[in-house]
Amino acid sequence: MSRLLEGLVEAFRLIISLDPELLQIVFLSLRISIMAIILATLIGIPLGTLLGLKGEKKTRIINKIIFTFMGMPPVVAGLIIYLILSREGPLGVLALLYTPSAMIIAQVFLAAPIVTGLTMVGVRAKGGIIEETARSLGASSALAAWTVVKESRFAILGAIITGFSRVIAEVGAVMIVGGNIAGKTRVMTTAIVLETRKGNFELAIGLGLVLLILSFIVNSFLYNIQKGGGKN
Amino acid sequence: MIGGCAVETIPVDEPGLVDDFIILATTTSTYDSGLLDFLNPIFTEETGLEVHVVSQGTGAALETGARGDADVLLVHDRASELQLVEDGAFVDRYDVMYNDFIIAGPEADPAGVTAVTSVVDALTLIYEAGETFISRGDDSGTHRMEQRLWESAGLNPHGQDWYNSIGQGMGETLNMATELLGYAIADRGTYVAMEENLDLVIALEGDPALFNQYGVMAVNPDQHPHVKYDYAVIYIQFLMSDKGQNLINSYQANGKTLFFPGYGLE
Repeated sequence: MSRLLEGLVEAFRLIISLDPELLQIVFLSLRISIMAIILATLIGIPLGTLLGLKGEKKTRIINKIIFTFMGMPPVVAGLIIYLILSREGPLGVLALLYTPSAMIIAQVFLAAPIVTGLTMVGVRAKGGIIEETARSLGASSALAAWTVVKESRFAILGAIITGFSRVIAEVGAVMIVGGNIAGKTRVMTTAIVLETRKGNFELAIGLGLVLLILSFIVNSFLYNIQKGGGKN
Repeated sequence: MIGGCAVETIPVDEPGLVDDFIILATTTSTYDSGLLDFLNPIFTEETGLEVHVVSQGTGAALETGARGDADVLLVHDRASELQLVEDGAFVDRYDVMYNDFIIAGPEADPAGVTAVTSVVDALTLIYEAGETFISRGDDSGTHRMEQRLWESAGLNPHGQDWYNSIGQGMGETLNMATELLGYAIADRGTYVAMEENLDLVIALEGDPALFNQYGVMAVNPDQHPHVKYDYAVIYIQFLMSDKGQNLINSYQANGKTLFFPGYGLE
């Protein structure tokens, strides 16, 4: 218990001191995860809407694959991206391994199936009737799809929140493809692993609390848009 | 002095078969090199004791042991070990084996390290050329040694763009050196065990400054009454016995001996 309290004290000390190294780690974590969730959203909403509007029977096998990828272990995702970006790998010439770009790619790989899958489920829940109504009022199929997206926005925002929570918290993938290089690719989660390994438990818990506080701030922002999925 | 003579002071009794386990806190290098996967099953067959291995950097292993979360330690930071024995955290410490460090680097050797024989000269060349260097950065025995070597060269690489402190194990460090065409200081054991999968050569070896002594010691039962001190002693006896020392000497990876028994320093 005393270690946890010391961790709490350490967290406040870290926040108050505005240590430049910590700030750099925090900003890198946010930059990577926000970039990843934006890209995952750009992939996931159109794909999820498309699948949601198609019948369940027609997309059954794709649904199963997407649901499986939603549970992809981060280390496996990291390993796959590592092998692709490695010097010996198909995209080795790009020299992206151990850069923030590699970390973003790995996180998109983790988050895109989540955004796609949950969007699909949300759209499928209401989509059919809305689409039919829109079409009966003379909307084009593109406009009808847009209407469905608008009406499913709570579910879609929930998908984005879930995806973001996944990437900001994961460590396995960013450790493998980022390499935890101090000042270059070290993020909150990999720093926590390192400090734990070094036996600096107070600092590790302190960093963990800072990460939770950051998550709370970002989630509060998203929640204010989504309002817990409730009515406007 | 040869450490072997100290072994005889441990009373050797017949352990018999025990159905229990001990926790060994050790460094990533003994584990990644495959040595423990070779030794521990033989120990278990002989005593019945299972060995649960927690592999960490030496700094973390020492901390784990000092907190009483392990029974026996196998680590390589001699100065810190002796200090902690002095402080009462550990007892029954022996110089159990040694190996050496090497500087691994890309075959092209852009810093020209192969031309020199001293580690200080080698690090100076890397520093001046600004060639990529991967550091463990995890407060492990290897990392501490690397820091001392930079110091003895009178150089401070921290904050240089080519100096990558990654806070990970030896294996990850060598993998990254392969990927980034960089240099790294590695223990020979891990390097040899991984050699096949690496695109690295030994750029420098044989400088006595690169000797690496391993110690084995038990967590002090006076400080942590719950530790399995008696079993820890059986494990230490096993490693320090003629059989244990011969086994350590016989262990090879890729046809090369990785660890040499006993005391390697003057």
